[in-house]
Amino acid sequence: MSDKRFFDEMTGNDGAGKRIGAAYTEAEVRDAYGAVRSWLDSLSTRLINAKRKEAETLFRRMGITFLVYGTDESTERLIPFDIIPRVLTASEWALIERGCLQRVQAINAFLTDIYHDQEIVKAGHVPGPQVFANSRYRPEMIGIDVPGNTYAHITGIDLVRTGESEFYVLEDNLRNPSGVSYMLENREVMMRLFPDLFSGNRIAPVMDYPTRLLRNLQAVAPAGVERPTVALLTPGIYNSAYFEHVFLADEMGIELVEGKDLFVKGDRVFMHTTHGPVRVDVIYRRIDDDYLDPLAFLPDSMLGVPGLLSAYRAGGVTLANAIGTGVADDKAMYTYVPEMIRFYLGEEPILSNVPTWSLGKADDRAYVLDHLAELVVKEVGGAGGYGMLVGPAATAEEIAAYRLRILDDPANFIAQPTLSLSTCPTFTDAGIAPRHVDLRPFVLSGTSQTVVPGGLTRVALNEGSLVVNSSQGGGTKDTWVMRDQGATP
Amino acid sequence: MTTVLSRSADHLYWMSRQVERAENTARILDVSNRMALLPASGEGETGGNEWDAVLQILGSAELFHARFPTPTRQAVVGFMTLDADNPSSIYSTIRAARENARAERVAMTTEMWEALNSTWLELSSLTPARLASRGHRNFFDWIKERSHVFRGAAVATMMRDERFHFFRLGTFLERADNTARILDVKYHVLLPDEVEVGSALDYMQWGALLRSVSAYRNYHHTYKETITPVHVAEMLIFNIAFPRSLHACINEALELLGEIGGPLGEEAMRMAGELHARLHYGRIADVFAQGLHEFLIDFIARNNALSDEIQSSYLVAR
Repeated sequence: MSDKRFFDEMTGNDGAGKRIGAAYTEAEVRDAYGAVRSWLDSLSTRLINAKRKEAETLFRRMGITFLVYGTDESTERLIPFDIIPRVLTASEWALIERGCLQRVQAINAFLTDIYHDQEIVKAGHVPGPQVFANSRYRPEMIGIDVPGNTYAHITGIDLVRTGESEFYVLEDNLRNPSGVSYMLENREVMMRLFPDLFSGNRIAPVMDYPTRLLRNLQAVAPAGVERPTVALLTPGIYNSAYFEHVFLADEMGIELVEGKDLFVKGDRVFMHTTHGPVRVDVIYRRIDDDYLDPLAFLPDSMLGVPGLLSAYRAGGVTLANAIGTGVADDKAMYTYVPEMIRFYLGEEPILSNVPTWSLGKADDRAYVLDHLAELVVKEVGGAGGYGMLVGPAATAEEIAAYRLRILDDPANFIAQPTLSLSTCPTFTDAGIAPRHVDLRPFVLSGTSQTVVPGGLTRVALNEGSLVVNSSQGGGTKDTWVMRDQGATP
Repeated sequence: MTTVLSRSADHLYWMSRQVERAENTARILDVSNRMALLPASGEGETGGNEWDAVLQILGSAELFHARFPTPTRQAVVGFMTLDADNPSSIYSTIRAARENARAERVAMTTEMWEALNSTWLELSSLTPARLASRGHRNFFDWIKERSHVFRGAAVATMMRDERFHFFRLGTFLERADNTARILDVKYHVLLPDEVEVGSALDYMQWGALLRSVSAYRNYHHTYKETITPVHVAEMLIFNIAFPRSLHACINEALELLGEIGGPLGEEAMRMAGELHARLHYGRIADVFAQGLHEFLIDFIARNNALSDEIQSSYLVAR
């Protein structure tokens, strides 16, 4: 790893050699970070420590915590917040925005296709078994028309940067992607801690995300509903993203419901209220397909609503994201997204995929098994950084054990090269030092498509680490998209 | 008409009850503590029958005796303040309120959440040693203050819709229950034959009781004379101007039920109306003729029945 070169977003240089703790000179900093540099220069160590402490207190008071699986169920933790913002220029953002919109447009076309005419399979661009044998493919959805042909209403696209204008898509999160509340609260806390920083800079606002989301959800209500009632369906208080469910429902002014609050009657969905049943037209569900309806999917699920699938199929309620969307975000299907863009849109992908080996293929498997120590291997259906192998950081024993897991069910794994993730200046115990980051912008699709300018920047706080997941020691940063000097505010 | 998710209304109702209960537990412990410090109390030699009485009043006697041999002041106060294994301790009550709040962040304002969450964060970091060094009186005052801050935040920031009405309903039913129990402390602590009525000790005990419900000065403003048991009971039961009296609490509850309304609430409305009429038209002489203790026990039972009816008609998802 030591011979790797990283793009540092502050200096544009290889961040690896950056002396820790020393001030940045004006000459060595990229234009985008000019304001951040002079701001850092103006802060005394005492003020920085006080502000970092204040930020932590704010997050804790607001109750912005998440639960860590695999520990005591009631363990609430705070995701560490780094006060140095991550900055993207207007032109960098324009590229990201166009690329994300293009991807989601293609994915929605793909989902419409595979649940209807299946042309992409017939044309031989995606192998049939890859789609139809996938456990997240839902035959129940075949022939069902969803409002606006929108399946992925909310998408979180994970991007990494490897150079001045090189961005790669790591994964498309289509199943209840989380993290948007951190994007919003990080901005809120930064504005509270450093108001002057915002008055002097042209930073695109993100706070209208909940309004945009609500508008999008209302727009996909079942036909004939005049004033749709939208509700957010949560698995409940013990879900790791529960705070976010509360936050979003609150910001949108909609009810936060659990499965037991809802019931189905005559292909419509109702919630129990203090004055009897009230119809719900659109459900922003933060529960996976498997748990949505015990009559249709996992019979012992206590989280879902009996009969929901049949009400959904009859068009009595809209679910966001649609049932069966998950088939397009599995890590094996990811490799076909560039094909989808070409097939449905007739365009070349704006954002590149990371080269990916599918271990179900014999050639790919042979190569990967020979190069485990250099690669990242993930489970096809994995999420949250659990169950992955980071070759360069793993011991020989860990690699050997992982090899056995692969051989047991090769098609369940994909491998990717370890990317040279860009770095951003980050506070550490030893002072400011470069740490690796990724970016998750959130794409909203309804009758129109939008991306709020910004996203969630996750930062791997441990030196040299490339794993940014909050469950694995990652933190977050406020993400600034700068407006062009000429643009109207 | 605003409609509220039954589960939301349930969380708000119980959240406000639990915070009010924590405050009143602090008040009951405070008055008992003050009485125990008065001369001629049972403290010391026998372990103090007043602490057994406190446990009875707080409904925690059985659980206490399963774990501790003697209800000393130290043991009871420890059990009712920071003991995480006692579901009725102040610690557990605030924890439960905060769990309800966590489940109901949408129905609450940021100010309410922050008031409750910061209380929990500080309370959960306290140890018995730190509590003792801070002083019990200071701790009880702090709990009362945090309850005021929470309720104040709610009143100052919540929309006046049904969520607010259920939140307030919880406050008043819990407060009525607690005022009745606090008044009953006196009955339990000292049976009439143990203290000469009208003695200096008796006077001090009634004074401590008044202070525990923030009524000491109010009492003097109202009656402009020395403390008598009849007047204290009258104030705590019937005086509608005194915000912790049974009459004031049930009056508020009746109004709130009227605001919520709907066919589901008819029985609750009837029960509250009946209870209200007894307090509105009742006389203190009749209470003493019936027996103060008997009157209070009857009130607590009726208040509980009203709460059960509210629970089953509005709050339980059916």
